[in-house]
Amino acid sequence: MFSWGNFISQCFNGLVLGALLALISSGLTIIYGTLGVLNLAHGAMFMLGGYAGWVAYTQTGSFIVAIMAGALFVMLVGVVTERLIIRHFYARPAEDQLLVTFGLGIVFVETVRFFFGSLSKTVPPPALLSGITPLGFMVYPTYRLALLGIVTVALLVLYFILYRTRIGMIVRAGIEDAVMVDSLGINIQKVFMLVFGIGAMAAGFAGIVNAPVVAIAPDVGDAILVQTFVVVVIGGVGSFGGAVLGGLIAGQIISLTSMIDPAYSYVMLFVAMTLVLVLRPYGLLGTAGRE
Amino acid sequence: MPTRQRPYIVEILTALALIAAPFVLPHLGFAPTTINRILIWGLVGIGFDLLFGFTGLLSFGQAAFFGTGGMFAAYLLTQTPFSNTIAAAFVGMIVAGIIGYLIGLLALRRTGIYFAMITVAIAEVFFFVEFNPLSAYTGGENGLPGVPPPNLNLGFTTLTFDSNWEMYGFFAFWYFVGLVIALRIVRSPVGLLLRAIRDNPLRAQALGHNIHSYKLTVFIVAAMYSGFAGSLLAMLQGFMPPDAFMFATSGEIVMQTAIGGAGWLFGPLLGATVWLFLADFFQTTLNLGATWKLVLGIVFVLLVVFLRHGLVGAIVDVYHLVRPRKSATAPTVDAGPRPSLAAARTSPPASELRRKRTTGSTGPILEVTGLTKRYGGLVANSDIDFRVDHGEIRGIIGPNGAGKSTFFKMLTCEVIPTAGKIVFDGRDITTLGVADACQLGLTKSYQINQLFDRLTVRQNLAIAALGEIRGKFKLDLLKGVSKVAGLDAQIESTAALVHLGERLETPVSDLAYGEKRRLEIGLALATSPSLLLLDEPLAGMSPQERVETVALLKSIAHGRTMIVIDHDIDSLFELVERITVLQEGRVLVEGTPEEIRTNAEVQEAYLGGIHDEAGAA
Repeated sequence: MFSWGNFISQCFNGLVLGALLALISSGLTIIYGTLGVLNLAHGAMFMLGGYAGWVAYTQTGSFIVAIMAGALFVMLVGVVTERLIIRHFYARPAEDQLLVTFGLGIVFVETVRFFFGSLSKTVPPPALLSGITPLGFMVYPTYRLALLGIVTVALLVLYFILYRTRIGMIVRAGIEDAVMVDSLGINIQKVFMLVFGIGAMAAGFAGIVNAPVVAIAPDVGDAILVQTFVVVVIGGVGSFGGAVLGGLIAGQIISLTSMIDPAYSYVMLFVAMTLVLVLRPYGLLGTAGRE
Repeated sequence: MPTRQRPYIVEILTALALIAAPFVLPHLGFAPTTINRILIWGLVGIGFDLLFGFTGLLSFGQAAFFGTGGMFAAYLLTQTPFSNTIAAAFVGMIVAGIIGYLIGLLALRRTGIYFAMITVAIAEVFFFVEFNPLSAYTGGENGLPGVPPPNLNLGFTTLTFDSNWEMYGFFAFWYFVGLVIALRIVRSPVGLLLRAIRDNPLRAQALGHNIHSYKLTVFIVAAMYSGFAGSLLAMLQGFMPPDAFMFATSGEIVMQTAIGGAGWLFGPLLGATVWLFLADFFQTTLNLGATWKLVLGIVFVLLVVFLRHGLVGAIVDVYHLVRPRKSATAPTVDAGPRPSLAAARTSPPASELRRKRTTGSTGPILEVTGLTKRYGGLVANSDIDFRVDHGEIRGIIGPNGAGKSTFFKMLTCEVIPTAGKIVFDGRDITTLGVADACQLGLTKSYQINQLFDRLTVRQNLAIAALGEIRGKFKLDLLKGVSKVAGLDAQIESTAALVHLGERLETPVSDLAYGEKRRLEIGLALATSPSLLLLDEPLAGMSPQERVETVALLKSIAHGRTMIVIDHDIDSLFELVERITVLQEGRVLVEGTPEEIRTNAEVQEAYLGGIHDEAGAA
């Protein structure tokens, strides 16, 4: 049965999911745009953020600490991975980069499984943000509302870093032409390491803030990775705006389809991706030549 | 082609290995079901290797075909009166092929990482559709139980392969069939073109091949291998598992191929052997439980980091270490000017080389009117009128940024003009594709070498000549490339013309720069063009090489129509009959070398202030 209340609350769910996907996808797309590496371990990094946050939460009981732990730990993982492994793959074919990041994703997932088992873990929302909030026309879980705010702020911070700081300018220049940036006397190696770290952190941050909504499990990142791909294909690779737009679109599609039959949410995502590929092959906000 | 000298040696060795395996592998700790599983993964892998190893298309979505083919066969065998297992497997294969066609249409719109991402997304859709909307047919998360073991109806009696070793015989037979077919494909013209697409898709297209159709073909072939193997999996296990559809399945196919080594057809089989052996070993012998996947993941990452070409690649590398490759018939160093000049005198006249027939033999072969190209606000070419007659040799000069290369790109249909019209041989080609232009007889040699680096000189020239001999697209999947009529003659006469006759079996990566430059021209020549465009053929050459190349171009020129861009004005003046000068995207002036040499405007534009200074002094 269709009801407006249900519809609006699904739209809200879609918005929350969309914002989350936008954040994760912008991480993926920044890394790809700058380093030219499609990180197939990005879903696993989302998962790592959730687990790192969960560990911090069980130790301290503080949600704030959990968020910081999740984000910073995954950033560290990103930086170390870039330094030890990814760096040696810039000169190798794209296929090798896909293979190694795919392998790394498995290693991350299985390491977590080794230490924490396959059963899912939950991180409850902080007391202040639990319960429901009346919005006048409907009631909505408070944490989801907060999540929308948190993710929006994170996206704005990312935007600020990218578009309003010196380092962001270098990163954007690197997206256009990394060789040129390098020859301008900027240590592009360090920039790459940092970008990989920031991109990973976006995924890790999303992983922990989403943990109160969806329980975490070792393979929780697999589905996220696929959705992120769809978002990036829809929005256009290497485009921050594209990631945000694609994320919001994908969130609404998944959410509204779920209202009718969750089984078809992937089918509809796929239909949207097909439409974009047919009508605008480089994505809604993408430009030719970035692949 | 490595096996040209000893035909069928690979097939015979494989047959012997398949016969020996059941006697050897159990002593190494392989359970019979593991061996059968290896064959199934190896069979999927053959198709996948054609797609990834030979064509360079890395798909993370093979599970969609593996699952669909298997599920279709399993449904036929369990839910309908259909009982012929072999026919069911073929139905599964065909269904997978049809699905492969549809998905290929979409996924192949893009290349590289986009292709990888799209295949992942599509495969995931199949997984969800199998699990939910179609669960009434597929059994959802339970899969389809009750699939019979393989049988073979001989008319008078029906053989059933229900013990492990009987199944082995059945699977090994189909693996062998699959391998023989794949070897035929690899040795066919299509197989060579797949490698051309892997190494340099743009050049493959510019040489007159419809690369999209070839990619779609190999995508379908790979899907069919997956579908057939999926059907065999259902028969092996007695039920069709839903996890065949999972992303993890696609991942395993990719990882096994990478471990074994891509581009050899045997890599996936070897990779599957290692993979399944380690999985067994870690789980049962070392009692690692679920940790086996972690260990395998680490092993995989290390392999990708340190062993770039997989196990087969490593074996080949070791083999070459022990027995160094005999350096090709010619010295590895460029033969230098004198021998090649000598060769120039003895080489056959260019007229022996074929040329596409044109509708006329006098008057204009190329007529360009009002040609304009804008990139955003930048006008690269503006309102160019240009005409070349049959048999003419035209030079184009102009300062850097004059729009010469853009002009050439529009002529060869690499770039679509913003406005204007190009008529070649009486036909409007303005909006055609680059492959069509080449098929009509208009080809370019590139300013920067666009060769197929991992292939030999012979294979490079074959790729170029095949476009002329076979047309844009032909599905001669099972025909040997050496059996293509007229190919060897075309390769050899082209090679002789560009003085690479002694280097035919040398990989391009081993050629000296000057040789690569000549091969670049040879590629264009081998397509038998009636109008040949040369974009800076002398670029990067030493003075000595320039002299040689000009001599080479003169020998090519006999009776051929050519347009040459170059900065080496003296060489150009010696070579061509007429010169067009471009400046800032427009035609400045046109005339004989003598007229151009003395034209004040040209001196002004091209030589900048030198003229003035000279006047002042």
